[in-house]
Parts: sequence; C-alpha cells; structure tokens
Amino acid sequence: MATVISLKDIHRDFIVGNETVHALKGVSFDIMKGEFVTIMGTSGSGKSTMLNILGCLDTPTSGSYLLDGNSVGEMSRDERAVLRNRKIGFVFQNYNLLTKTTAVENVELPLMYNPSVSSVERRDRAVKALQDVGLGNRLDHMSNQMSGGQMQRVAIARALVNNPSVVLADEATGNLDTRTSFEIMVLFQKLHAEGRTIIFVTHNPELSRYSTRNIFLRDGRVMEDSFNSDVADAAAMLASLPIED
Amino acid sequence: MNFGNLLKISLRALGNNKFRSFLTMLGIIIGVASVITMLAIGQGSKRSIQQQISEMGSNMIMIQPGADTRGGVRQDASSMQTLKLEDYETIRKQVTSVVAVSPLVSSSGQLINGNNNSPSSLQGVGLDYLSIRQYQISEGDYFSEQDIRTAAKVCVVGKTVVENLFPDGNDPIGKIIRFNSIPFRITGVLKSKGYNAMGRDQDDIVLAPYTTVMKRILSVTYLQQIVCSAVSERRTEEAVEEITEVLRYTHKIKVDGEDNFTIRSQQELSSMMNSTTDLLTILLSCIAGISLLVGGIGIMNIMYVSVTERTKEIGLRMSVGARSRDILSQFLVEAVIISITGGVIGVLLGVFCAILINVVAQWPVFVQPWSVLLSFGVCTVTGIFFGWYPARKASSLNPIDAIRYE
Ligand SMILES: Nc1ncnc2c1ncn2[C@@H]1O[C@H](COP(=O)(O)OP(=O)(O)O)[C@@H](O)[C@H]1O
Ligand SMILES: [Mg+2]
Repeated sequence: MATVISLKDIHRDFIVGNETVHALKGVSFDIMKGEFVTIMGTSGSGKSTMLNILGCLDTPTSGSYLLDGNSVGEMSRDERAVLRNRKIGFVFQNYNLLTKTTAVENVELPLMYNPSVSSVERRDRAVKALQDVGLGNRLDHMSNQMSGGQMQRVAIARALVNNPSVVLADEATGNLDTRTSFEIMVLFQKLHAEGRTIIFVTHNPELSRYSTRNIFLRDGRVMEDSFNSDVADAAAMLASLPIED
Repeated sequence: MNFGNLLKISLRALGNNKFRSFLTMLGIIIGVASVITMLAIGQGSKRSIQQQISEMGSNMIMIQPGADTRGGVRQDASSMQTLKLEDYETIRKQVTSVVAVSPLVSSSGQLINGNNNSPSSLQGVGLDYLSIRQYQISEGDYFSEQDIRTAAKVCVVGKTVVENLFPDGNDPIGKIIRFNSIPFRITGVLKSKGYNAMGRDQDDIVLAPYTTVMKRILSVTYLQQIVCSAVSERRTEEAVEEITEVLRYTHKIKVDGEDNFTIRSQQELSSMMNSTTDLLTILLSCIAGISLLVGGIGIMNIMYVSVTERTKEIGLRMSVGARSRDILSQFLVEAVIISITGGVIGVLLGVFCAILINVVAQWPVFVQPWSVLLSFGVCTVTGIFFGWYPARKASSLNPIDAIRYE
C-alpha cells in the first residue's frame, strides 16, 4: 500500500514573548493510503498544530514531511498553496464557509483556484460532492440558512471536491450535538469505505472506535499508535440514539 | 487562476458588501464628477470669452493716448491729451491695412426723458464705429456725415436705454431726450448685442457724432481713443506697425523716443483673457484633483479596513489553495472595479452637473472629451495605486494566522 504521509521527527516551536512553546517535540509516523486515523489528546497536546502542518498551512520548525512523496519543507509558499489546492481537503471545527454564498459556490471555491478545471466541470463536481454528503437538495441554500450539521456537510463537500490525497478534519464534530456528530461520523465512515484517506482530530476518546487507527498525543509527543481491528459502525450507534425533536 | 474566475470572485466579494462598496465608490464618484464639472466650467467660460471677443471684432485695434501704462508708471494729465483729430485723419488717409477708423470720446452723465432718467455714458464716435464694433441699426437711421460736420445734437441708442427711457413702449425714433440737460434727437435704435464677456451690458449705450461730444459737451480738442479695424485678422499686426510708424512720424518722436500713445489689438486682449481663464481652469482642476485624491484615500481606507475585516475569508481562500498573487489580484481587481464603476458614474454625474449649472445658473459650460478621458484614467490609476497597499497586506498574511483570526 502506498504511503501518503510520512513524518520524521517533526518539531514545532512557537515564540511567545521571550518564551518558547514547544508544541511538537519530535513526532514521527507514516500514514498509508485508505487509512482512517483518529488523532486524540487533551486540549493543548498539539493536535491542531500537527494537523496544520499536515495540511501545509503551517511549516515545522524542524523535521521532514513527505506528502505523496513531495518534500513539503523545501517548497515555496506558492508551491504549498498549489499542493493544498490539489492534494488536501481541510475540514474546520467552525466550518469556515463564505457568508452570503450558496452551498454550491462554497464547494466550488477550491476549484476556482485551479485553472485546469472549466466552469462547467467545476459546477458538476461541486454538485456531485454535495450529493455525496447528502445535500443534493440544498445546492442553492445560503450558508447562513443552514444548520450546523448541514454547514459541516458543505465544508466536507468542499474538502472532497478536489479529490484530495487526504482529508484532514480538526474537531469536525466539536460544535455539533451528539446526534449530528454521529451523522457526520457516518459520513466519514462512508468516505473511508469509498477508499479515501482520512485524518480525524478529536479530543473525544469515544470517537476512536470508528476509525482504523488511533494516534494518541500528549504534550507534543506520540504516546500511543495502535490499529483498531474492531471498527464500530457509526450508523448502528446513530440508530440506537434516542430521537429528539 | 484565470481572469474570468478572478473577476467572478471579486464581483462576488463586492456584491456581498454592497453598501461598503458603494461608500468607497462615492469618494471616486465625487472626485471624478467634480473634475469634470470644474473643467467644464473653466473651458466653458474660456470658449464663451473667445466667442464674444471674436463677436466684438477680432481685427479691432484700439489706440489710446499716453505711453503704455502696463509697466505701472504714472503719467501726468498732459500725456493723456496726445491723440488729436489730425491723428484720426492721418490714419484714415495713410494707413492702408486699416479699413475702418473712428474717433472715440465719451462723457458720463444722466439721460432724461420726461420723468424717466438713467445714468449712462454718451459716446462720441464716427461713421465707421458701427462696423468696427459690429453694431447694427434695427430701427431708424445712423447719424450722417452732415450731422458730424455740423456737430448736430442727434444720437442712436441701445435697447437698454430705450427700455429705461421709454418704459411704456413708445416709439423712440424722432423723440428728444436730454443728456446733462442738452437735448438730443434719437435717429435710430441699435440691434441688441446682450452682455459681453466682462459682464457689461452692450445695449446700455448712446452714440452721438464725435464732434458734438467734443464741442458741445466736453469742450476738448483731443481724443480719448481711436478705434480701427484691420483689413483682416491676419493683418492686425501689420496694421499696428503701420499705425505706430505713421503716428511716431506725425508726433515727431525721435528714433530712440518712447511712443506717446498705446496701441492694443483685440488679439492681444484675447490672449490676455485666455491666460486668465487658463489660470481659472488650473485652479479649478487643482480643487477637483484634491477631491479625487481624497476619493483615492477613501478607497485605501476602506480596502484596508476590509482586509482586516475579511482576514478569515482570506485565510480560508489560502487554505483551499489561493496563492499570494491570487489574493493580491483579487483585492486589486476589487479596487479597480470600484474605481472604474465610480469613474463611469462620476463622469455621468459630472456631465449632468455641468448641464444643470448651465441651465440653472446660465454659466457657459463645455465638457471637453479629454477631461473625461483624463479623470477616467486618473481614477483607474488611483484605484490601483491606493488598492495596492491593502492588497499587498492581505496577500502577505500567513494562512494559519489568517484563518484563526477572530
Ligand atoms: N500560534 C501559536 N502561537 C503560540 N502558541 C501556540 C500557537 N498555536 C498553538 N500554540 C501552543 O501550542 C500548544 C498546542 O496547541 P494546539 O495544537 O492548538 O493544541 P490542541 O489542538 O491539541 O488543543 C498549546 O500549548 C498552544 O498554546
Ligand atoms: Mg485544537
């Protein structure tokens, strides 16, 4: 199986005033194509810092990072932007949709920055991505007319539209109620079943049952890295939840 | 990113903030509109002055007694008596590049007809005066050679004088009016010429034979002015030279002596007026330019605020793959769209204001095509120039800092 991500001895220091915060203190692991990885850890353990580096939004202070064989550390700012555009889908805790903009237009956004995609293809792919996340009937709804769960689905569709090598989600269910959280987990399991590589960051240990691999961070270090042979079915869990109105 | 996408993104961003975009545009609109209006006023008055000067007779030459006073040297009273009737005769007989000559003497006083009176001035002139000043007789006749020879107490009057002295609309021809208690018979009425460029009513005029004014009113033997028309506008300069030569000879002025008369041509007057209106135009343009600059700073200010306000949006765009130059171009294109749209509206508003000023205040206006192009060009440059700095700032943000920004 192909290696999508390869981290070696990643450090990330932040300088705050005249103190240095060591957010990551030598993190190494490889992630293969088709894995569904949950990264866990308490607040402040360095999960977001690591995911931002994986998403090429931030660069490590030291260490090497290969994404699909490309050495991110040696890339220029613009090259990293193109890499984000073609190989990464990012899902944020607070959705980060454009306001006063329809679902389709939000999903089209990454393709706007890809000149090789025509406007017709862009629209088709955005519609397809929205159908995949179950929002085929909400194409022209404005982002502010949707529920949290719907907004997060739009964000996931946006992360999928460029057909990325890896989907990164930072506390993607953090702002959602339990039921909606499980709906999103069902969606991630479906995407995984379709063969996508997913890295899912959460501080909620319960969610580790639904992925194939768990990495546990503490204080900027990997404490535990284990495979999960008994993946629970999020859909079954969702069905067992009491229905609220 | 291709240009179509760029345009689409920028238009969307502007559309999402219609009110702010409009406010930004307002600065440019006011700037461009004022440039156009001010230039239209400046150019309009210049044109109307030029037109009126040519109506006054563009080949007119005026000869006055005394040396040229434009240097500021004061002259005594005797120097103002250097023009005589003989000079008039000499010019008439000897100067070939002149087609019409007339003496000019004037006296101010009170015009009376029964209970109606008005302050006016009586001009003593010759037969050629009408053609030199391009006056025409609308009713009755001009006075004759005979009237001049006998210093007859006859006159022709302008429309304003008729209105002042004959308010009930009686026919003035043949009526006797009094100027400083001396009776004059009206032989004719002049066709109306309206106001001249300097705002003087050209119909508030009474013309009488120069002999009458000199002998019966002023009791003088010298002339206040001699006016002539050159054969053609192009030969004005030649005529001025010829007159100078003839007058210096008859006045017995030595080779190195200063002229004791001053000759001014209409051409000279016209270039003098032009430089005045040019100054006016420059002044108005400066004011307008400043408002355009203020408009530009408005763009910069609002774009700058908008960069801060839209930091999260910029971060999101970067996180999905926008490069620095994509963000830079987006903000620049937004600035340019604002200034070009503002420019178009400004041009329309400016032209509208110019027309309004023309209709309401009766000021002459003229919208010169280059002023439209100029202000349009300037506002585009303003947009790029003042959009650059905030755009630069937006594009240099760190994606992770930008997207975390609250
Ligand atoms: N931009 C930053 N500047 C300074 N310190 C930071 C910055 N980002 C994260 N940190 C610090 O790094 C550590 C890890 O943060 P983070 O990765 O956000 O943790 P988590 O996502 O696991 O809650 C924390 O101590 C945090 O204060
Ligand atoms: Mg975090």
